Amino acid sequence: MLVVGLLALVLAFAAPTIRRYAGSATGWILAAFPAGVFVWLCVLTPDIGAGEPWRFSQEWVPGLGIALSFHIDGLGLLFGMLISGIGALVLVYAQGYLGEHKDLGRFYTTLLLFMISMLGVVWADNIVSLFVFWELTSVTSYLLIGFDHHRDTARKSALQALLVTGIGGLALLAGLILMAIATGSMELSEIAARSDLLLEHPLLTPALLLVLLGAMTKSAQFPFHFWLPGAMEAPTPVSAYLHSSTMVKAGVYLLARMQPTLGDADLWTPLVGTVGAVTMVVGAWLAMRQVYLKLLLAYSTVSALGGMVMLIGFGGELGAKAAATFILAHALYKGALFLVAGSIDHAAHEKDVRKLSGLGRLMPLTAVGAMVAGLSMSGFMPLFGFISKELLLEAALETPAWAGLFGAASVIGAVGMVVVAIAVGVRPFMGSWKETPRKPHEGGPTLWLGPTILAALSLLFGVAPSLVQKVLLSPAASAIYGVPMEVKLSLWHGLTPALGLSVLAIAVGVGVFLMRPGFIRLTSLSDRVGAYGPARWYTWVFDGMNEIARVQTRVLQSGYLRAYLFIMIVTTVGLTGWMMLSSGALAAPTELTPVQLHEAGLLALVLLGALLAVRSKSSLGAVAALGVVGYGVALIYVLFGAPDLAMTQFAIETLTVVLFVFVFYHLPKFRILTSVLARTRDALVAISAGMLMAALVIMAVSQRPLHEPISAYFAEHSVSKGYGRNVVNVILVDFRSIDTLGEIVVLAVAGVGVYALLRLREPREGGSS
Amino acid sequence: MKGFVVSLILRTAATYMLPLLLLFSVFLLLGGHNEPGGGFVGGLTAASAFILYGLAFDVERAKVMLRVNLIRLVGVGLGLAALSGFFQILMGDPYLTSAWVTIPLPGLGELKLGTPLLFDIGVYLVVLSVSLIITMTLAEQ
Repeated sequence: MLVVGLLALVLAFAAPTIRRYAGSATGWILAAFPAGVFVWLCVLTPDIGAGEPWRFSQEWVPGLGIALSFHIDGLGLLFGMLISGIGALVLVYAQGYLGEHKDLGRFYTTLLLFMISMLGVVWADNIVSLFVFWELTSVTSYLLIGFDHHRDTARKSALQALLVTGIGGLALLAGLILMAIATGSMELSEIAARSDLLLEHPLLTPALLLVLLGAMTKSAQFPFHFWLPGAMEAPTPVSAYLHSSTMVKAGVYLLARMQPTLGDADLWTPLVGTVGAVTMVVGAWLAMRQVYLKLLLAYSTVSALGGMVMLIGFGGELGAKAAATFILAHALYKGALFLVAGSIDHAAHEKDVRKLSGLGRLMPLTAVGAMVAGLSMSGFMPLFGFISKELLLEAALETPAWAGLFGAASVIGAVGMVVVAIAVGVRPFMGSWKETPRKPHEGGPTLWLGPTILAALSLLFGVAPSLVQKVLLSPAASAIYGVPMEVKLSLWHGLTPALGLSVLAIAVGVGVFLMRPGFIRLTSLSDRVGAYGPARWYTWVFDGMNEIARVQTRVLQSGYLRAYLFIMIVTTVGLTGWMMLSSGALAAPTELTPVQLHEAGLLALVLLGALLAVRSKSSLGAVAALGVVGYGVALIYVLFGAPDLAMTQFAIETLTVVLFVFVFYHLPKFRILTSVLARTRDALVAISAGMLMAALVIMAVSQRPLHEPISAYFAEHSVSKGYGRNVVNVILVDFRSIDTLGEIVVLAVAGVGVYALLRLREPREGGSS
Repeated sequence: MKGFVVSLILRTAATYMLPLLLLFSVFLLLGGHNEPGGGFVGGLTAASAFILYGLAFDVERAKVMLRVNLIRLVGVGLGLAALSGFFQILMGDPYLTSAWVTIPLPGLGELKLGTPLLFDIGVYLVVLSVSLIITMTLAEQ
């Protein structure tokens, strides 16, 4: 497993090289990886169907319970097949869509990395693994949305998606850790098995809310839905893959995964169900008012994600069954329609559906794929979309509370689906051809293969649902429900209320579509309300953060060294001193050895040096006096048996004096510019800092330490483990070498920084630095 | 360094001090594991040797004596220190675990060599080059 994972990473990073040699065959070559995964999953299906998840575990940080552990159960299987199957089609499609793009190699690298991360998300069992892969999908999504990085809107949208999902990711991490604390396990499968512990734990509500926040931001639920339409800045293959069939479903996946664990919490159904229903309605409403291909699809995806979340929120057998079916059906038709939208744009250079017509005769294969997918999305018999919509309506009508409201929301969602499906999948291909910026024509097989295969599957599974219900949907629904169950699908359910609502939704949807120009004009009020919606809130928060950053930078980063020193010293003295006084830790030392004459003389020398440094009338005098202080301190080290420190101190003091001399060479003549008041203040600050340090030293020698000093250990093991008699050096280069490594890195950065500042600056203008 | 009057005594002394100080710095570096010394103070000593030379003559001449690009030397030092931690990883230990070999020297006893020495050489080079970068860049202004 690890080897395969590493090979996949190598393949991802080799993509640009492969492209250089393989040219237009790159997509096909790279698609071999997801295709292989897909085949492997097919081989696994019998075991998983029998309730035997596939498992793999590799220690990572055993001390913290962190492992690279994976398990593929029914849910992981369903998602894994969607990710690998649609992934293979999208890789091939991208070859046709972006074939001439100079950065196609980089595109493939990011897309493959995303694919690996996404598989990691849906298979991870350890919560830290889950989180890491979860964040990797956010990062790769950011790179893919911003693929055309020279466009400002692409960069902005990418950042918006990253920030929204990133905040959710942090919440998710916190929530998962709380769940681990409550149950005492880091493995999701274990946590689910101990859900009763969690349900009685006081941390249940915070854990639940945080996990939900993570899932809802990722799956673009209201009020976080606004980033998804923005993400349409990405190249269309990305939109088709990440922002309809896979990544945005990561949140849905997480909720489905948590349903057996958290589903019995009191808050679960009201919260998850309601958020899902509201998202479904808002998404459908906004979708009906769009005129651009990808935005129509984006908002309808928001609506569909809302529907899935709502179904998971319902819980129960029917909810699980409907959710699993909806996830599959939606991936099939939405993936196809996105690819179709890309093909239309690619062929005709036109994104506005009002200007598209009669493409059917020019692009016959794409047209067939589009229409089948569109009909599936609208919920026409005998397509798979019909079955999933029936289940959705049934589940909504069977909710114990507010069945009417959930039912109504589901119908509105269905109406939105119908409108979008007709606008994208049907209308552009009907009638006679209207002038477009480019005369469209059917693209190569790379472009029509994906949509037609996905559409064919929509038809196939609709006619013969038995093909998927046992091998794929039953295990998935069982995983969502938490208890093994059987999914039985059929096209004809009899004359049920759900069927009636389904017909109603189609009728209303067709009606709205026919009157769309009027509908959009009539509802223009919604734009004005929408202007104050969540997208605006995001801008407020974003701008607010920047403003806070600007203000605090202006206040704290004045650019004057004296101001920095002042702030740092006062803060340190204030906080440490307050802590010392309030805890009463300060006490006079009791056992003192008598002071020797030479020690007293040395101290007098240091004090004299300090006084001279302050009072000196020339800069050179002040520096020399400071040097005396430094040498005095070094002599103290010598007296008290720290030769290493003393040597270093001597060398540093010497270099400091030299440096000061070089700097003074550039400075104006030494003059006193500050007022007496300012100097008094500075003196007080300096004296307080000195007093604090003195108090700390007294505390260090007179108090009982909080912890057994580790110096004894170092002294004892210096020779036996470090093979050196100089304990200081053994500590520096062996026992605590990682600290030293950090320090020399800082030193190196400082050195290079000084070099860059002084050498690479603009030719000097007048004064010096 | 215009404006400084440099005495002949300083120049003559600096010429002799440079090799002596450098030798001493290497002595500090190598002996540091058992006696006072080590890469840090060794690097500082070496740096002061070059700075003394630079003060006595000029920075350009000190640079010629150095022969190496200081920025590159920072990288070499960091690289050596970071690299020294990898040896024992092959044995399954954590990063920066020290590895030692003992080489018998006929007639002289034996020589113990370990990755901490490599690490210390890295420290020595970083300290040396960074101190020199800062002083020399300032002096050149």
